[in-house]
Amino acid sequence: MSETSNLLTPHLMTRDQIAACVAADLEDNWLVNLGIGMPTLIPSFIPQGRDVMFHSENGVVGMGPPPAPGEEEQDLVSAGKGLVTLIPGGAYVHHTDSFAIARGGRLDCAVLGAFQVAGNGDLCNWRLPHQKSGSVGGAMDIAAGAKRVFVMMTHTTREGDAKIVAERSYPLTAGGVVRKIYTDMAVIAVTTNGLVLEAVAPGLTAEDVQAVTGAPLDTANVATIAVAA
Amino acid sequence: MKNKRADTLEDAVDQVQDGATVLVAGFGEPGVPEFLIDGVCDRGVRGLTVVSNNAGTGRSGLARLLGEGCISKLICTFPWAKESFVFKELYDAGKIELEIVPQGTLAERMRTAGAGLGGFLTPTAVGTDLAEGKPVHNIDGRDYVLELPLRADIALVKAYKVDPRGNLIFHKAARNFNPIMAMAADYTIVEAAEEVALGALDPEVIVTAGVFVDRYYITGPYAIGKEKQ
Repeated sequence: MSETSNLLTPHLMTRDQIAACVAADLEDNWLVNLGIGMPTLIPSFIPQGRDVMFHSENGVVGMGPPPAPGEEEQDLVSAGKGLVTLIPGGAYVHHTDSFAIARGGRLDCAVLGAFQVAGNGDLCNWRLPHQKSGSVGGAMDIAAGAKRVFVMMTHTTREGDAKIVAERSYPLTAGGVVRKIYTDMAVIAVTTNGLVLEAVAPGLTAEDVQAVTGAPLDTANVATIAVAA
Repeated sequence: MKNKRADTLEDAVDQVQDGATVLVAGFGEPGVPEFLIDGVCDRGVRGLTVVSNNAGTGRSGLARLLGEGCISKLICTFPWAKESFVFKELYDAGKIELEIVPQGTLAERMRTAGAGLGGFLTPTAVGTDLAEGKPVHNIDGRDYVLELPLRADIALVKAYKVDPRGNLIFHKAARNFNPIMAMAADYTIVEAAEEVALGALDPEVIVTAGVFVDRYYITGPYAIGKEKQ
């Protein structure tokens, strides 16, 4: 979704606004892995004074923001291959240590993109059903190993189809792992009792969100997301 | 002391034969042994099985090895990137076999090979297409997929500094798969930016002990890609 289309559909939140929502829920002293794409916007929105460390699968513990002009280091990239920095006290590890961090329970949270999320927390984000192959990268290891998986995505496909469904129809990345879903319309928690609509974007109602969601939402207690101007 | 230094690129790669399984380190561009890859290319070998996180960038390095028809099978985590267009052409034309492996599983398969183990059990990929046909074991209530070691004939590794025994240190996030691949091959060839005297590397910070290194070649000033020197 471009910023232009967002002007035409004012009730959808921008990518930055979704990133701010996720950032607000990342807790002090957490180590967090960010998937490629939208989740890479999150670090700029971490509230001041909160110590959140970022892990990058290619062996960076304590990934910092992109370098200032003139400070670029070609050997220091993120999982998405963009140039990054290392924070003071950060460390480089090799690949098996990096994935020991992921599978061994050291990631407090992973924020990943998704093609489809099911009501039971099944995550589908590595291959579309019509493709004979996909790029899995570290998604399966990180999704299976992180203490909690947050998904950050648009609420529907470009064609308007629901990406949150009762049962998955896409190839599985990891079963039952998603804890929370942040979209351009809502924040939804995945619980043992099903999906709970926690908050909606300003100007939207619970009914608006349910209408484009393929699984039933518990709408007993819905807040409105506080969006920065 | 055994002389591990190769004075020419040709000598460095003279053990690479047709049909060999070759580990090629790197994640994106950092840590890719581009000089050694060119050396292998220049030998004109055929039928290689190559293990690499990515499927080549642009037309140099691994993309050149692919483009010149040296590789018959690629074992990889993230083949479908826009910069890997040479691989896509070959795949679409049915000229190359592809095996997708989750990134942490790929790293650990090589580590177990290097460590003399018979495989390992991982929660990664349980219930997914990538675990199809593989035995699943339940340990303390959780399902794990049995993965087998991945050993190779040759490893191509990029280091920052090497000493005459082959001890290695790496550079920032260019470490990635390099120390793991160095362990997992019968014959490990290193390209390093700089050779230092015996005793010049602090034993406390050596990442890969020289026992894992069979041959090294000095490339000169450290650069991420040869064309950028």
